Amino acid sequence: MSIDESTAAKVAKLARIKVEEDALPALAQEFNAVLGFIEQLNEVDVEGVEPMVSVTPMRLKRREDVVTDGDQQEKVLSNAPDAREGFFTVPKVVD
Amino acid sequence: MTDLTKLTLAGARDKLRAGDVTSVELTEAFLTAIDKADALNAFVHKTPELALERAKAADARIQAGDAPDMCGLPIGIKDLFCTKGVPSQAASRILEGFTPEYESTVSQKLEDAGAVMLGKLNMDEFAMGSSNETSVYGNAINPWRRGNDDADLTPGGSSGGSAAAVAADLCLAATGTDTGGSIRQPAAFTGITGIKPTYGRCSRWGVVAFASSLDQAGPMTKDVRDAAIMLEAMCGHDAKDSTSSELAVPNFEAMLTGDIKGKKIGIPKEYRMDGMPAEIEKLWAEGTEMLKAAGAEIVDISLPHTKYALPAYYVIAPAEASSNLARYDGVRYGHRATLGAGDGITEMYEKTRAEGFGHEVQRRVMVGTYVLSAGFYDAYYNRARRVRTLIKQDFENVFAQGIDAILTPATPSAAFGVGEMTDADPIQMYLNDVFTVTVNLAGLPGVSVPTGLNDQGLPLGLQLIGRPWEEGDLLNTAYALEQAAGFVAKPAQWW
Repeated sequence: MSIDESTAAKVAKLARIKVEEDALPALAQEFNAVLGFIEQLNEVDVEGVEPMVSVTPMRLKRREDVVTDGDQQEKVLSNAPDAREGFFTVPKVVD
Repeated sequence: MTDLTKLTLAGARDKLRAGDVTSVELTEAFLTAIDKADALNAFVHKTPELALERAKAADARIQAGDAPDMCGLPIGIKDLFCTKGVPSQAASRILEGFTPEYESTVSQKLEDAGAVMLGKLNMDEFAMGSSNETSVYGNAINPWRRGNDDADLTPGGSSGGSAAAVAADLCLAATGTDTGGSIRQPAAFTGITGIKPTYGRCSRWGVVAFASSLDQAGPMTKDVRDAAIMLEAMCGHDAKDSTSSELAVPNFEAMLTGDIKGKKIGIPKEYRMDGMPAEIEKLWAEGTEMLKAAGAEIVDISLPHTKYALPAYYVIAPAEASSNLARYDGVRYGHRATLGAGDGITEMYEKTRAEGFGHEVQRRVMVGTYVLSAGFYDAYYNRARRVRTLIKQDFENVFAQGIDAILTPATPSAAFGVGEMTDADPIQMYLNDVFTVTVNLAGLPGVSVPTGLNDQGLPLGLQLIGRPWEEGDLLNTAYALEQAAGFVAKPAQWW
């Protein structure tokens, strides 16, 4: 499986990372190096083996579905690059 | 007067309790040492005022007589831990200016125990790297050098600043985190001790996430006793991390007897890699002999899926990273790109992430995106998780045979030079973690102990891998190895 420039561009788009056109060949090449390394996994017989979900044999704990925290609007917004009137601000999303 | 910065945690603790020194004196000695060591670029956010304030409080507590072991002891905190009111950037541009409103559970526990934070430590960006060369702060530098050669060496990574700081006596100890070897490899490169505990021992809450099913925090210290003391202070159940274990945390220090008679130590044949440097083979053979001489039984074992650990890791870790790092979108915290006229929210995301993430982080996020994308999820991600099950079973099988701990090299080489791996393909850098990554995939505790120097005078370390939740027993074996090896070398001060 080899990755071409258009696949590299598609992956960059999915990852929401802007990659300039002229950087795509090098990126595709790097992907291929990493994926070539990963291909070794095809040598392993995994028939009937369960994919690991949790490395320690423990059930995730459950708790009552109640509010445990909140009322910290100022703290939540304190690191925002742009916050106005108690909200995060982003470029216009809907026309 | 002895140089206070040369003390161990245990030594400083005892001096504090005896009233021979105060925490303020200790803290001032380290603050002076840190200011002289900018060439190492280990401390990237210094917090002297906060440190002195905490030192004063610790002195009062020690006088009152209720001081825990860590009380008054100056330490460094890896930049991956969120620290309230102190910049926490994971060495990334995308978190520039981020000052958390909360404290990570591990650093909070250390603070509650009275430890004095001196500042934040350099690391690879988002803990992705094995040389501390992907940091937005620039490279951290290893205090060790090859003989009289003044070329800068890397301290390893990702906890490179932590390793450099402890090795150079800029703090008594430091926190690290380990996703594929990021505590143990830099510890080996700098002649210090580092332990990654069992997955679930330390809370991950407030630690910037890289690969959540692999990440664990741990201490990086000058010796095994210190690792035991600091690990105990860092561990324990936390309701804020659903994978945090409820098991009681033992007194690890009390378990250091040095008696390992009758313990079965496994030597895995698959770790004898093709092209392994002779100095690593020799170190491993010597370590094996030391444990044998201490009364352990040496058993040849097989961990047949070892070869597939790194490729499985380079599916699973990027996959989890691509998901975890999706939160850096320029909306809630950190960097946001300057937008052009007509740019919408998608352009904001794409430009922000292109500017904010370094090259290695971008590559891993995109590899993770690819292996999780429609049509490839089964072929890559699910297959890697199946292989992970087999890797864990390999360990379960040898532990079921009665093996108490497994001895391996910690790294395939001594520390390498800054820039030496720049032109290599990424796989060459990934191979640094070949002996450590299996332990993360299986969720086991692993400790790196310095046991020798190579012929260029650089430290080398061995790794011991233990049974899950048996860090105490593992540290005791490490203690026996440490005593037999008698490693006392320190880097000559040039900075």
